[in-house]
Amino acid sequence: MSASTQQPSTTGAFISLIKRDLMLSYRHRNELLNPLLFFVIVVTLFPLGVSPEKQLLQTMAPGVIWVAALLAAMLSLDTLFKSDYEDGTLEQMMLSPHSNAVLVLAKIFSHWLVTGVPIILMAPLLGIFMFLPAEAVSTLMLTLLLGTPILSLVGAIGMALTLGLNRGGMLLSLLVLPLYIPVLIFSANAVDASMAGLEIKGQLYFLEALLVLSITLAPLAAAAALKISVE
Amino acid sequence: MKLPAIVHKFSSPKNFYIMSGKMIPWFMWSFLLSLFVGLYYGLFVAPPDYQQGESYRIMYIHVPAAWMSMFIYMIMAVSAAVGLIWRIKTADLMASVSAPIGAAFTFLALVTGSLWGKPMWGTYWVWDARLTSELILLFLYLGFIALQASIEDPRNAARAGAILLIVGVVNIPIIHYSVEWWSTLHQGATVAKFDKPSMHISMLIPLLVLATSFKLYYVASVLMRARGEILRREQNTRWVKEIVTGESS
Amino acid sequence: MSVSEFFHMGGYAFYVWSSYGLALVVLGWIMISPVFSKKAIIKELKIKYRQQERQHQEDV
Repeated sequence: MSASTQQPSTTGAFISLIKRDLMLSYRHRNELLNPLLFFVIVVTLFPLGVSPEKQLLQTMAPGVIWVAALLAAMLSLDTLFKSDYEDGTLEQMMLSPHSNAVLVLAKIFSHWLVTGVPIILMAPLLGIFMFLPAEAVSTLMLTLLLGTPILSLVGAIGMALTLGLNRGGMLLSLLVLPLYIPVLIFSANAVDASMAGLEIKGQLYFLEALLVLSITLAPLAAAAALKISVE
Repeated sequence: MKLPAIVHKFSSPKNFYIMSGKMIPWFMWSFLLSLFVGLYYGLFVAPPDYQQGESYRIMYIHVPAAWMSMFIYMIMAVSAAVGLIWRIKTADLMASVSAPIGAAFTFLALVTGSLWGKPMWGTYWVWDARLTSELILLFLYLGFIALQASIEDPRNAARAGAILLIVGVVNIPIIHYSVEWWSTLHQGATVAKFDKPSMHISMLIPLLVLATSFKLYYVASVLMRARGEILRREQNTRWVKEIVTGESS
Repeated sequence: MSVSEFFHMGGYAFYVWSSYGLALVVLGWIMISPVFSKKAIIKELKIKYRQQERQHQEDV
């Protein structure tokens, strides 16, 4: 009787998958900067293209920063399943006895840690660029904290659907951006409201509800879509 | 889960082809009849509106088109789910063939909404809740069509499309609610709310008749599209060969 | 309503008739195009079946 014939539990598999993905991300850590730089550059384009005037930028800031975050999140989706798909690891994963949805959730979580969290941390800098007052910046970070996981989760469904396609990138945007709209509406509005000193509880509840809904359902949809793409 | 026997009748492509061939003329004629009745009442009999004059008659196209755009998306999502769960080919077929029809109605709702807005509120576009939701719905339709077009294997295209539709259907109430909420916040900035005139019964009846007419239209056209598509998808079966070689054209 | 009033639509003729006209074009196209594509697919399949027959004859 040897311990090596024992199957790891699903939780064990979940954790080791996260560890593995984080390690792989670390090895390619210079690539992690790309979506982040994109995020910053896009926001920078607005003062340049519109006007550097403080009042105007402040009014635009919540929407502009959030749209930039949506686009950056979408770009970063490319690294979610692609490399595992290309070297066959994804197929192996799908064959494992553990629930595919749980494994997908692990991948999405580690992906969010390396793409979503840096976006959240960038927010104060962008707040400075766009003249956001301090309360607005903390609301911004809060909405990003709730919102970026939703973006990763819903984006994973789109990525899973377009995985095997040539030039799936453009199609991915068409599929995923409409689904991002509710997150955009409530997050941008929350930041706006906090600038005006108004309540943001409702918006936050809504984002929290979306987050819970996505965590429970998105991995199922993404796993089903992966099964199709992997064949 | 066992399905009632009648579903099996429709789920075989061959039976579907034969049955739909018989059904189409019925739906065509009832569509044309209800169309003429509805248009006659809507354009001639119904009086002009107190506030909007004659331009409100655009509503007779705009409102049923908007209703159809939602109705068809629901039908697509249900058929796709049925096709996915019970592996019924004709259900997958209904979903993919309905898509261009649904997208056309959405487009029509948007453009007629825009044409209604210009004389009434001076602008071709307004970011109000309904038009914005319709626009997003159009994106959902186009995304579905694009996804199906880019996957070659029809079975995989059907399954991927089904997942997208189910995700879409879950999101539609969320998107709709978010856009409604957003629109009430910015009400002051927009020009006006697009509104139907307060409806007299003589205006309502043609509206309902035309709404029914559009539904009949949908059934007739979806069956027509489905039949052509069945021939293509089932081209290697004997029954299709018999039909094709038997055709005189 | 007289005929000229009907076409004039209280001054909104452009908007009303563009809407109805567009509906006619779009919905008409959606209904008619399957007739053409069905004819096309039948034609296509006829040729394909003939080719398959010929292949089959050659193989025999």
